[in-house]
Amino acid sequence: MSTRIPNKGRFLNRAAPVSFSFNGRTYGGYQGDTLASALLANDLMLVGRSFKYHRPRGIVASGAEEPNALVNLGQGARFEPNQRTTTTELFEGLTARSQNHWPSLEFDVGAVNGLFSRFFSAGFYYKTFMFPRWAWKHLFEPVIRQSAGLGQVPDPDLKDADTYEHFHAFCDVLVIGGGVAGLQSALAAGEAGARVILLEQTAHWGGRAPVDGVEINGKPAEIWINNAVECLENMANVTIVRRCMGAGVYDHGYALGYERLSDHDPTVKGPRHRLWRIRAAQIIAATGAIERPLAFAGNDIPGVMLASAVRDYLENWGVMVGQRTVIVTNNDDAYRTALALKRAGGAVPAVLDARNHVTSPLAEEVRALGIPVLEGRAIARVKGGKRVRGVGVCLQNSAGAAQEEIKCDCIAMSGGWSPVVHLWSHCGGKLLWDAAQSCFRPDPSRPPLGADGKGFVKTAGAASGEFDTNSTLQDADKAGKNAVKEVGITPTGKSAPKAPQPEQAPLQPVWIMPDKATVDLRMKMWLDYQNDVKVTDVQLAAKEGYESVEHTKRYTTLGMATDQGKLSNINGLAVLSDALGRPVPQVGTTTFRPPYTPISFGAIAGEARGDIFQPLKTTPMQVWHEENGADWEPVGQWRRPYCYRRSGETRDLAVIREVKATRSGIGLLDASTLGKIMVRGPDAGRFLDMLYTNMMSSLKPGRCRYGLMCSENGFLMDDGVVARLDETTFLCHTTTGGADRIHAHMEEWLQTEWWDWQVYTANLTEQFAQIGVVGPKARAVLEKLGGLDVGRDALPFMAWREGVLAGFDVRLYRISFSGELSYEIAVPAGQGRALWDLIWDAGQEFGITPYGTEALHVMRAEKGFIMIGDETDGTVIPQDLGLNWAISRKKPDYIGKRAQQRSFMQNPARWKLVGLETPDGSVLPDGAYALAEGTNENGQRAMQGRVTSTYYSPTLGRGIALGLVLHGPDRMGEELEFGLLDQSTRIARIVDPVFYDKDGEKQNV
Amino acid sequence: MKRYSAFAVFREGLRYQAGWERAWRSPDPKPAYDVVIVGAGGHGLATAYYLGRNFGITNVAVLEKGWLGGGNTGRNTTIIRSNYLQDPSAAIYEKARSLYETMSQDLNMNVMFSPRGVMMLAQTEHEKRGYLRTAHANAYQGVKTEFITPDRVRKLCPIINIDGPRYPVLGALWQERGGTARHDAVAWAYARACSNMGIDIIQQCEVTAVRRENGRVRGVETSKGTIDCAKLALIVAGHSGVLAEMAGFRLPIESVALQALVSEPIKPCMDVVVMANTVHGYMSQSDKGEMVIGGGADGFNNYTQRGSFHHIEETVRALVETFPMISRLKMLRQWGGIVDMTGDRSPILSKTPLTGCYVNCGWGTGGFKSIPGSGWAMAELVANDAPGPLAAAFGLERFREGRFIDESVAAGVAH
Amino acid sequence: MLILECPYCGVKADETELHPGGEAHLKRFGPESSDEEFEAYLFERKNRKGVHFERWRHVYGCGKWFHAARATDTLEVFGTYSAQTNAPPDDLIKKIKQKRPDFGGYE
Repeated sequence: MSTRIPNKGRFLNRAAPVSFSFNGRTYGGYQGDTLASALLANDLMLVGRSFKYHRPRGIVASGAEEPNALVNLGQGARFEPNQRTTTTELFEGLTARSQNHWPSLEFDVGAVNGLFSRFFSAGFYYKTFMFPRWAWKHLFEPVIRQSAGLGQVPDPDLKDADTYEHFHAFCDVLVIGGGVAGLQSALAAGEAGARVILLEQTAHWGGRAPVDGVEINGKPAEIWINNAVECLENMANVTIVRRCMGAGVYDHGYALGYERLSDHDPTVKGPRHRLWRIRAAQIIAATGAIERPLAFAGNDIPGVMLASAVRDYLENWGVMVGQRTVIVTNNDDAYRTALALKRAGGAVPAVLDARNHVTSPLAEEVRALGIPVLEGRAIARVKGGKRVRGVGVCLQNSAGAAQEEIKCDCIAMSGGWSPVVHLWSHCGGKLLWDAAQSCFRPDPSRPPLGADGKGFVKTAGAASGEFDTNSTLQDADKAGKNAVKEVGITPTGKSAPKAPQPEQAPLQPVWIMPDKATVDLRMKMWLDYQNDVKVTDVQLAAKEGYESVEHTKRYTTLGMATDQGKLSNINGLAVLSDALGRPVPQVGTTTFRPPYTPISFGAIAGEARGDIFQPLKTTPMQVWHEENGADWEPVGQWRRPYCYRRSGETRDLAVIREVKATRSGIGLLDASTLGKIMVRGPDAGRFLDMLYTNMMSSLKPGRCRYGLMCSENGFLMDDGVVARLDETTFLCHTTTGGADRIHAHMEEWLQTEWWDWQVYTANLTEQFAQIGVVGPKARAVLEKLGGLDVGRDALPFMAWREGVLAGFDVRLYRISFSGELSYEIAVPAGQGRALWDLIWDAGQEFGITPYGTEALHVMRAEKGFIMIGDETDGTVIPQDLGLNWAISRKKPDYIGKRAQQRSFMQNPARWKLVGLETPDGSVLPDGAYALAEGTNENGQRAMQGRVTSTYYSPTLGRGIALGLVLHGPDRMGEELEFGLLDQSTRIARIVDPVFYDKDGEKQNV
Repeated sequence: MKRYSAFAVFREGLRYQAGWERAWRSPDPKPAYDVVIVGAGGHGLATAYYLGRNFGITNVAVLEKGWLGGGNTGRNTTIIRSNYLQDPSAAIYEKARSLYETMSQDLNMNVMFSPRGVMMLAQTEHEKRGYLRTAHANAYQGVKTEFITPDRVRKLCPIINIDGPRYPVLGALWQERGGTARHDAVAWAYARACSNMGIDIIQQCEVTAVRRENGRVRGVETSKGTIDCAKLALIVAGHSGVLAEMAGFRLPIESVALQALVSEPIKPCMDVVVMANTVHGYMSQSDKGEMVIGGGADGFNNYTQRGSFHHIEETVRALVETFPMISRLKMLRQWGGIVDMTGDRSPILSKTPLTGCYVNCGWGTGGFKSIPGSGWAMAELVANDAPGPLAAAFGLERFREGRFIDESVAAGVAH
Repeated sequence: MLILECPYCGVKADETELHPGGEAHLKRFGPESSDEEFEAYLFERKNRKGVHFERWRHVYGCGKWFHAARATDTLEVFGTYSAQTNAPPDDLIKKIKQKRPDFGGYE
């Protein structure tokens, strides 16, 4: 029977009772409880089911290492599976449900797996379920998936009700862990004047010291801790954060803190989690140590707990887990649990110590209280099903024949302690095997290396393998002082506080109990409680040749559960080492990877969700578009109107209307997203001659020229109109998606290849709004606005002028991507909307119609103009597109020229641009390929071309397409067969790619 | 080798698993082999297996500096698909996919190939056109894919947010016969089958030099001594450049870190693999219940098997946006591997300037799905000293000729 | 998560401010070059496990390209220097040799 007792429970506020529900029933606890301590206080020993065998599971630990007690927490939009009860602080109204069982926790059908566990050994699934072949997907896998998994699935229709945020922080010394070691390291660094951040994952400072009854500087630890915290709080150069776990250490001093702001109290306003992205010159991992379980038969039955956890629940939360607690250990530390329980009024029928002669002061103290210490003893097996009822006791040096039985309802076990080396190891810190303490600890001579090639992580206290308080404080003080020295700060002369150093008897490594246990016992000794990995599983893996620790882990799933092996890894690899007959250090550990304990995806994603998922670029006319029915299309980080839909209008109809209005009257286009890059300097012309395939240096000021840009690999990467502003200045237009990329491309060549050329560039894309006024009535509208002479002679096709239009200073380009009479007007971005509105008003009498990207595409395709990304895909060269006219033959070099000389680029069999028309006027499907005769060597159908763009042309009243076809331009009039998705075919005739106004008369009026 | 079967599992259960044998032998190296393969990852082991099975060449050693399957074979997100755009890619990946379908039976070990379907979301008009093109290409490459509507996407994967404010789902390229497999088991199954044919798999054996004579390969120096061979195949993703340097040539390859992560396990909620290339993330659910997540690669050379956290952040952000329900799930573990990126992001299966030396590398982020096809084609190349049709297009000479196999139009960043 | 010091603006830049640009000191081959030269220039890479010379751009900063000498096996950064040079500076080579005696020079 697990009960709450008076006079204990340092974390409890007994004046503040709290009610919560577990599996639908309401229980009581206190403020300061964790969900785990509250469950135990209510005698709820069975709290979950294991992964594979659905075995009953109880709470085994008291902190982040807990493998068993995971629950479905909360409801609705605040539901969260797999929440650790041991790190969940209790709050009023908390609701939790246990996991991985059906129909109920008490009666779980899945537990039948346990009955067959002798057949379900490690990796058994690799050896069966192979026949019949269909059965894996349709029968076995669904059953396995359903029975595996742990937590319940959140409701996919609900959006997380909470928000998350990121912090960026910088410091000289980041101390992770707020136990006495972390506090002392932070003090040593802070007092020296370093910028310090100290993180503690729980709500409480001081770690285990107060539980263990330690004295520091002659006073109870708690007094020193409170004083240390107060000192740190008062230092301006120190930031201390509770409920913030050091989640990971990454290269060059990057570390993650995971702060849980409102998990303990949902009424707290603001974000739920905060991810601290910290850059630290030095990191001190003062992360403590974790007690190891012992492997004995039945060590997974609820009521078997870590000795330290039993002590924690007693001291911190006033919970006496067992009325009769048997202690089983291989070291002195567990005796503290015996003492604490006895002094609090509990019964301790025996301490079973695997060691043969134990005479340490702690053992004597225990004996003095009348607790029998049985030496050289082991647990033969645990009695009980859903909770412990007793233990059979045998000799450690035996095969497990029980000599006596002791009735008990709790077993407190200790197999020794393992330093928490995760943060040391994340970024490459190496470990050494400490034979005396049977643990891996950091090897200070092989730390993780920072940007300067020197170590940037230190450990302090128990994380270094220093387990008594005095050594811990000395080690932590040294770590703090050394860390500040590394950043060039002189440490103070203060010495570390002192604590008594009690004499302890050495630990005896015990990896299975008893050490000659029969297979019957070994197959009931759990190593990984959550994943149901037992001693026999690891032994089987070794026998089958899965000798590497990584193979064993992956074959047995040891350490792959949500606790990532915090309790199981060392025990597992010791069993493996024994099975292989190789020493533990030679077997090695698996890799420690971040995060230390799981962190929410919400916290990782941070604020960037929904509308601010990615930055959104907006043009000055964005609001106007929204108000006028824009149907958006994402283009890079912009959104452009695909079309403007009138009420009741489909997308297709809107596009048709927009094209017709533009071709017959006047259309209005927001072209502001087009890239605008200014290139200036005495060598600007020379530079652009290298950048474009055509000659730009010969362009006259006042004129525009269409240009092509290739990559050094020869492929067409961008196109656009270049305007020469003056002798030394060009303005290069790029595609919408290309602006940043092309600007970077220019800078790369200028800075890294032709750095002696006198040129500079500026990306002016967002400095200017650009408005396309397009169609036969364009001139009339501009004339109505008044200003610049926009007549044919004053501003001929492919010319530009600067001047005043409708009172605005504008740059006016006479260029056309539609084939119509067309002007593009550039004004400073801040004036874009005002000019747009004026044009809109002036155009009303002419029937001015805004058009979107799709109408733009249709009109360019009608004219046979290529579109980067449609006609090109990174594998197309300008020569493929009939653009030889835009490739200068006079220039000795341009970017991509050498590449285009390679054999495959010169191959006459490259597919070339043509127009395509179906006999019935239907629209060819997007992406269809033109079939050729036969198949290739791999049995794939031979092809001779493909559709690159295909549209319904409102102007021509039928489908038109552009495509790349083998010898296409030489095959005018020939019919091709295009293969459709359903294997049917569609005929199309090869035609000239210019479908509309072949002579270009309309744009040149 | 004792066969694996339900009966064997039952029998061994009754006798405390006493009768199981080693899955593969652990021999010392012989002084000489017909073929030495460097790298006991999936590709190296599959090459060895098909050398034995298809060509009867079993005097083969597979050398591994660490533990077999310990490189990218054991670090990937286990996706198998063949919906590639270009003919040569579609051919080799489809060969691989079809071999995966029968792998458990062929190798007598359950690799848990799960043809649950792979969908690649189209989230821009441009991406939609790209996938429509791939669907058309696939229809005539013998790869069964289709372009599906947003409604169908939602039916197949109800946890997707179809109407995301920034990138609504416009459809998806769907390959019903794509899926996942248990990555470690693939390496183990090949290793077991190879060992059974008499092929030596030598772990903890690092190659330190390639021995050459008159422009021909003679053998290798290793941490376990000198080993002679007539033919040498370098199949060491992540370290191809290092081995090539030993063999005296350079490759069009840069090695970069690629990361992945898993969530804590939950009950089944996602029956398909989803890739969202516009936002750079992909996700599936393992049989254990973990959400398995991958994203983009780092852009700089790196051999540490650790990547930069901002890529994790970017990927998770993309997936929280695509699958809002994962917001309250938690990242359990993140890790990294080293991938070879070639000049055109397609693999290299090729003869090399050193006679008798062959390379198989450059699978980039797409290595796992190709393992059986890659092994099949590589075995053919090594056995015949000439590529067969599957490998023909993937020779090194393509970089000189300008004949690239560029999947970027359809594949985006992710595999 | 690298930090590289931009040699132009002196900022210790976080990796997220930077854009990687691949191997450093490639010599450009143009229209007069052979197929082999051009292929080597465009594609063949040293890709060393160890000391590596590479290009970066401080793209969300001063916008300048620069060079870095960095170890690809430990991520140690030996130094950064101007983009406007065809070879690493001598003192940097010396510094690297001191730290890594087996370093055979940047060729």
